[in-house]
Amino acid sequence: MNARPGFIGKSVKRTEDARFLTGRGQYTDDIVLPGQTYGIFLRSPHAHATIKSLSTVAAAAAPGVLAIYTGEQFKTVGGLPCGWQINNAADGTPMKEPKHPILADGKVRYVGDRVALVVAESIEEAKAAAALIEVEYDVLHAVIDIATANQAPAAVHTEAPDNRCYLWQIGDKDGTDEAFKTAAHVTTLTYRNNRLVPNALEPRAANASYNPSSEEYTLYVANQNPHVERLLMCAFVLGIPEHKMRVVAPDVGGGFGSKIFLYGEETALVWASKQIGRPIKWTAERSEAFLSDAHGRDHLTTAELALDADGKFVGFRVNTTANMGAYLSTFATAVPTILYATLLAGQYATPKICCTVNAVFTNTAPVDAYRGAGRPEASFAVERIVETAAHELGIDPADLRRRNFIKTFPYATPVGLTYDTGDFDATMSRAIELADVAGFPSRKAASEAKGLKRGLGYSAYIEACGIAPSSVAGALGARAGLFEAGEVRVHPTGKVTVFTGSHSHGQGHETTFAQVVADKLGIPMEDISIEHGDTGKVLFGMGTYGSRSLAVGGTAIVKALDKVIAKGKKIAAHLMEAADTDVEFSNGVFSVTGTDKSVPFAAVSLTAYVPHNFPHDKLEPGLNENAFYDPSNFTYPSGTYICEVEIDPATGVTRIQRFTACDDFGNIINPMVVEGQVHGGLAQGIGQAMLEHGVYDPQSGQLLTGSYMDYTMPRADDFCDFTVETLKGTPCTHNPLGVKGCGEAGAIGSPPAVINAICNALGVKDVPMPATPHAVWQAARSAA
Amino acid sequence: MATLTLTVNGRAVTRDVAPQTLLSEFIREHLRLTGTHIGCDTSQCGACTVHVDGQAIKSCAMLASQAHGRTLTTIEGLAAADGTMHPMQVAFNECHGLQCGFCTPGMVMSAIDLVKNHNCSSEVQIREGLEGNMCRCTGYQNIVKAVAKAAAATQAMA
Repeated sequence: MNARPGFIGKSVKRTEDARFLTGRGQYTDDIVLPGQTYGIFLRSPHAHATIKSLSTVAAAAAPGVLAIYTGEQFKTVGGLPCGWQINNAADGTPMKEPKHPILADGKVRYVGDRVALVVAESIEEAKAAAALIEVEYDVLHAVIDIATANQAPAAVHTEAPDNRCYLWQIGDKDGTDEAFKTAAHVTTLTYRNNRLVPNALEPRAANASYNPSSEEYTLYVANQNPHVERLLMCAFVLGIPEHKMRVVAPDVGGGFGSKIFLYGEETALVWASKQIGRPIKWTAERSEAFLSDAHGRDHLTTAELALDADGKFVGFRVNTTANMGAYLSTFATAVPTILYATLLAGQYATPKICCTVNAVFTNTAPVDAYRGAGRPEASFAVERIVETAAHELGIDPADLRRRNFIKTFPYATPVGLTYDTGDFDATMSRAIELADVAGFPSRKAASEAKGLKRGLGYSAYIEACGIAPSSVAGALGARAGLFEAGEVRVHPTGKVTVFTGSHSHGQGHETTFAQVVADKLGIPMEDISIEHGDTGKVLFGMGTYGSRSLAVGGTAIVKALDKVIAKGKKIAAHLMEAADTDVEFSNGVFSVTGTDKSVPFAAVSLTAYVPHNFPHDKLEPGLNENAFYDPSNFTYPSGTYICEVEIDPATGVTRIQRFTACDDFGNIINPMVVEGQVHGGLAQGIGQAMLEHGVYDPQSGQLLTGSYMDYTMPRADDFCDFTVETLKGTPCTHNPLGVKGCGEAGAIGSPPAVINAICNALGVKDVPMPATPHAVWQAARSAA
Repeated sequence: MATLTLTVNGRAVTRDVAPQTLLSEFIREHLRLTGTHIGCDTSQCGACTVHVDGQAIKSCAMLASQAHGRTLTTIEGLAAADGTMHPMQVAFNECHGLQCGFCTPGMVMSAIDLVKNHNCSSEVQIREGLEGNMCRCTGYQNIVKAVAKAAAATQAMA
């Protein structure tokens, strides 16, 4: 890079912190617009029912009520679109894609399904009125269990009588089956990858308004990708001209995937805001978020690993049933396919892999991407079965992994990806050192002396990030490209505003992106501001998910910076009366090669806007450049995680004594921020492994874990101090920053490490997630 | 409606409020101090934590009328008049104890109470003391570090 040694690689303190620490953050619910009104959604109390009758007469007459809308008003607009088309393996026919209505149209399909929108002068009045809406339901059989959904006595959608969305397959089926026939050993596991509720601390919220003068809508919304939100809402649902719609995602209190999607709530609000001519705000209560946010995971999987006599993997066969919930959320169909099965090679040179995915509709909330999205489910399949095979064969789990590691790159997997780079032995060796695996036997003996069980578990994960090369995504069924946009606006005084299509909802882009810009332009960080999250300011954006912000969004900024520098050289050449090709740029100064002539960046920027004597045939005024970047491949972060647990077999109480994470994220911009991302991912992954579980009653379809009183959120005293180290690593080969992304690794790598450690401690083959004390106690008893 | 008089971030405030108004709602909607956040509806998450007479309380679990005659400090009132941040705020920045910032105000208010009123300084004490404040971003590790750092600084000053 053309960089003054400065900010890249330094743990620069975050510039956004000041406003958050002093209460000056501005989240969607903090915004009150002139003439503000409030919306409340009446939600279905039943998992599956037809609406026999619905009367809003009494409710409409209640004090403060401005309007009530039901599915009747939304019959003519489109449903919420699904962004990824998956085809059936057998005949290539497309997936079943039933309409996902904005408000229920004659039928409700999960507890929490939207039935009506009540708009009133206050929240209290809207709530009181909602209670007066009379709905008569005819309750139907609820399809809840995914294992039996295909044979259920009811259909969630008439279009899919067997409740199947698609039956998809990847890999060489015949070759894989053949490999199993000659295998020396086969290890089999059947398990549930538990359903999770994302639970960003800021509940979803939206505030929509319509300006009759400009005929423009404005939507403030807690969202991770405002341009995508706008595109989907305008083009596919409401038919609003895209240039008449502004979507602002201001400060957003965490996303973890759940704020990627276009939801019915904000869509209804936008439409209704024009009807009543006043802004409407809705903020989810937590119990409402539990019912209506898209959930994560929820797979039922049988995985089989075939090994030869030397412990080499020869075949991997995976059958997964994936829960779609009641409707297809924005990315739902891609999660258990493109983001899951393509990662089933893991870090290993398994020659034959085949994965079949049966996606089913159920009468539960829609299921979509949640931190890691498909890749945690893949790493769980791979890393649980590898460790289980190692124990079955009496081979050290680290050794078995090393025998099978991919060692030469680039490496084309049998499931569609090409890993550009990696050094799996390096992260594993360092993790083993950091975790003091050598000292484990003595720690185990000490635990046993106290009557406690101690176990160690590994997980060597790989993930595909920087989503995505548009061509690859398109070939795999994506209905959109997945590039990113960036714009660098240099002001006359040399101050710089950068507009990025990435969105920060905790990741710290305002700091880390500014570090990149500061080094590239050789200017102080305080001269740079990073703008994001507003379609009225940012030219375009695909948003933040899939650990893509730096690898894709950061690269778009770098490409725009390259253009700024290239133009700056022309201006500098004009100023110094030199040839363009003789001008160099370094440390914020343009100079003529081999001379002492130079001009600083700010002189060039001022000249750009005060263009006396510009050769107008060759040079335009101004210094403002943008770039769109479409990556040529995914990026592949990888690492080894080691978990050590201590279990009281009398109670099942399990404490994580050590957790070690050693990652290869390629180059890194801000080690402090990277570590923070890993910590957060680990907490969510360990939360999945030990605490969290979204549970529906199998008969009634009521959500049994619908509040923080029932759903176990990880808290500070659930964890030990994690040991986290990011290796210098193997830089990504196809983006100019050499970065891979770090946002999801912790959540992807940690669940199998935890379960492997618990199984190791108890000497059992499996423990279900979440490994609650009750589940661990039962497993301990079964082993005794 | 009842008339409520109290001190908020050093200033006397008088407002008429309905008797069922929660303190959290009073702070956010009536006073428009939006640094105090609402993250749940079961008094579990702690995002709404403020100080009443110097003690940390979850403002969603108290009626506004119960604050009559008392002294309320919210996240907006922590820094000195010249903008100098409280040592706990500084420690959160230095230790990267926040990401999305949504739980942060409640976390900082709880943390100050833990150090000042409960003398928490060890990792175990801090982790147990923060049990009533949820964070989904940080995995708590850097929050614990920040509180320990601020606690050490406070003890050094005492």
